[in-house]
Amino acid sequence: MTTPHPKAADGTEPSRDPAAPTDPAQDAATTTDGTARAQDTAAAADGTPVPQGPPGPDGETRTAGAGGNPESIEGRPPATDPHQPSGLDARLVVDRGTFRLDVTLKADPGDVLALLGPNGAGKTTALRALAGLTPLTEGHLHLDGTPLAHTPPESRPVGVVFQDYLLFPHLSALDNVAFGPRCQGVRKAEARAQAAAWLERMGLTAHAGAKPRGLSGGQAQRVALARALATRPRLLLLDEPLAALDARTRLEVRAQLRRHLAEFEAVSVLVTHDPLDAMVLADRLVVVEHGRVVQEGTPADIARHPRTDYIARLVGLNLYRGQAAGHTVRLDTGPAITTTEELSGPAFVAFPPSAVTLFRDRPSGASARNLWRCEVAGLETYGDQIRADLTGELPLAADLTTVAAAELDLHPGAPVWATVKATQTHAYPA
Amino acid sequence: MTSLDKPGASTGPRTGRPRRRRVGTGGRPGAPLPLLLPGVLALAFLLLPLLSLLVRAPWRGLPGRLAGAEVWQALQLSLVSATAATAVSLVLGVPLAWLLARTEFPGRGLVRALVTLPLVLPPVVGGVALLLALGRNGVIGRWLDAWFGITLPFTTAGVVIAEAFVAMPFLVISVEGTLRAADPRYEEAATTLGASRFTAFRRVTLPLIAPGIAAGAVLAWARALGEFGATITFAGNFPGRTQTMPLAVYLALQNDPETAISLSLVLLTVSIAVLAGLRDRWMTTS
Repeated sequence: MTTPHPKAADGTEPSRDPAAPTDPAQDAATTTDGTARAQDTAAAADGTPVPQGPPGPDGETRTAGAGGNPESIEGRPPATDPHQPSGLDARLVVDRGTFRLDVTLKADPGDVLALLGPNGAGKTTALRALAGLTPLTEGHLHLDGTPLAHTPPESRPVGVVFQDYLLFPHLSALDNVAFGPRCQGVRKAEARAQAAAWLERMGLTAHAGAKPRGLSGGQAQRVALARALATRPRLLLLDEPLAALDARTRLEVRAQLRRHLAEFEAVSVLVTHDPLDAMVLADRLVVVEHGRVVQEGTPADIARHPRTDYIARLVGLNLYRGQAAGHTVRLDTGPAITTTEELSGPAFVAFPPSAVTLFRDRPSGASARNLWRCEVAGLETYGDQIRADLTGELPLAADLTTVAAAELDLHPGAPVWATVKATQTHAYPA
Repeated sequence: MTSLDKPGASTGPRTGRPRRRRVGTGGRPGAPLPLLLPGVLALAFLLLPLLSLLVRAPWRGLPGRLAGAEVWQALQLSLVSATAATAVSLVLGVPLAWLLARTEFPGRGLVRALVTLPLVLPPVVGGVALLLALGRNGVIGRWLDAWFGITLPFTTAGVVIAEAFVAMPFLVISVEGTLRAADPRYEEAATTLGASRFTAFRRVTLPLIAPGIAAGAVLAWARALGEFGATITFAGNFPGRTQTMPLAVYLALQNDPETAISLSLVLLTVSIAVLAGLRDRWMTTS
């Protein structure tokens, strides 16, 4: 019943995977997810309470808590055996000649993981690999202890919300949501009743009969979420869930999505290039660049200690790497930055653009530390702020008010002096 | 006029109905002469023969000429066999189109070229080839005859086979084009919801490409209705059994041209009726 244990794939990194079932008997106790899902669905629809607790000998109750009834999803503890490894444990390797994705993802049930990275970093490839739409070159994929790396997408307990939703245009919102249960063998009337319950949960009862083209962006997004959740997945994947929305709807939908993700008790993985989406929606960020994980941690961690230029720019920090000695970090490019922290060896220094003060003439009174001669490369307006992009001794970004920018007569090419107080910088080991 | 109006019509939003035709000076202002002149000429070239058919039609004796049992037999046979050939093309051609559009297999380019071969092959050659394959002494026909007692040439079934042979490529090409234009990610979305590939095809792809299938079916049907060369070669010309309208027209032209004109008028009427009936279905959306 279970997919054969992929020896080559799992053998690559046995130490990373101590909880994975190696005993074939234990493997056999977990039914294929298709069956389990279908029976779970039938039980829930009958109104019979879904059995909780450790899996019976038939193993069918193992995924009973997955998704659950739309009405009873909240507040129910995840029905996972404490001895059974639960959550997501994956190493995804996809080799495409010029591009190689190699990321390791781990998450517990209830976690919301965000894959954050620039375009072309391989985030969507990772998502497709999790869904089974792109085959793994090597690696492993375990979900609640079940190996899924060789399971076809239709048999994986995985729900996907696609970037442009891909709602079936010929079906109503209700039938779109009922599609999944129908494919799992639920009778038509029951599937539609379940779909109606999901739409009600999403506040979309009034639009149940509408075709996707008659829905607004935010409504379509919620229908897509309901459609993915209606299959009671153990892993919910969201590809740029807010990218297709305009700025105003985005705010509202982001808040709703956050609530729905918080209620979902299995693993969610979302892909985004927007740091705000990632930080609002996710408990943990995995930053992917060039197919590799470059940093991982809580949003606060990553914002405070960025390790690459990309992340620093995302969170609005100037970031430099150099060799620390005492209170000074000498950058690889030449200049030194004085900090309050005392370090030695390779280190990062970061400071926000708002910490930078600009002068047109060399400030005489200021101490000579952290003073650099720069040139304005570009100016951009953010609300009532202006961000100056500076080149020269130390390339950096500086924020100043429009009034200050006018007084300094800033324009591209203008020479300026930039200073930063040591107390405004933050150094940490690289 | 219609062809000249096209650019204007295509810029507007899809309303599902064609814009009112422009009446008047002919063409949008500014249509350059080197395009306008040949365009109008082409239109005349396409329409004048049909007009001539109307002008020279023996309107007075028409009811009498068409009342003959042979005419109705031929018309009925034409409609039935063209419809059957279209059905065969749909059942076999849509899966073939899917294979060509959605799967990778060695020699796919070659297969695709072979599928289109009947499009350019002279139908008579197709008829001869069918005869060699399915004739009583043909490569396959021999066994059909020996094992099942089935003979296909010179039967109504033979007419359907000849027409399907010629018409199916139209359907396959049309459906394959629609499939290629359709977003394959809908099928992926369906599989992530638990649908097998076949379920995804049946419940998602098929409804999405329905307009393309309808367009292909109409093309195939029209092609089958007018089939002459392969039919007469493979199925012969037996009134009531294999004599379709085009065959009847051709024979009538030998000794009774006025009847031939009358029969042609009937075919023209059927064609126009089909076009008019399906206009809203697919002509405006393509």
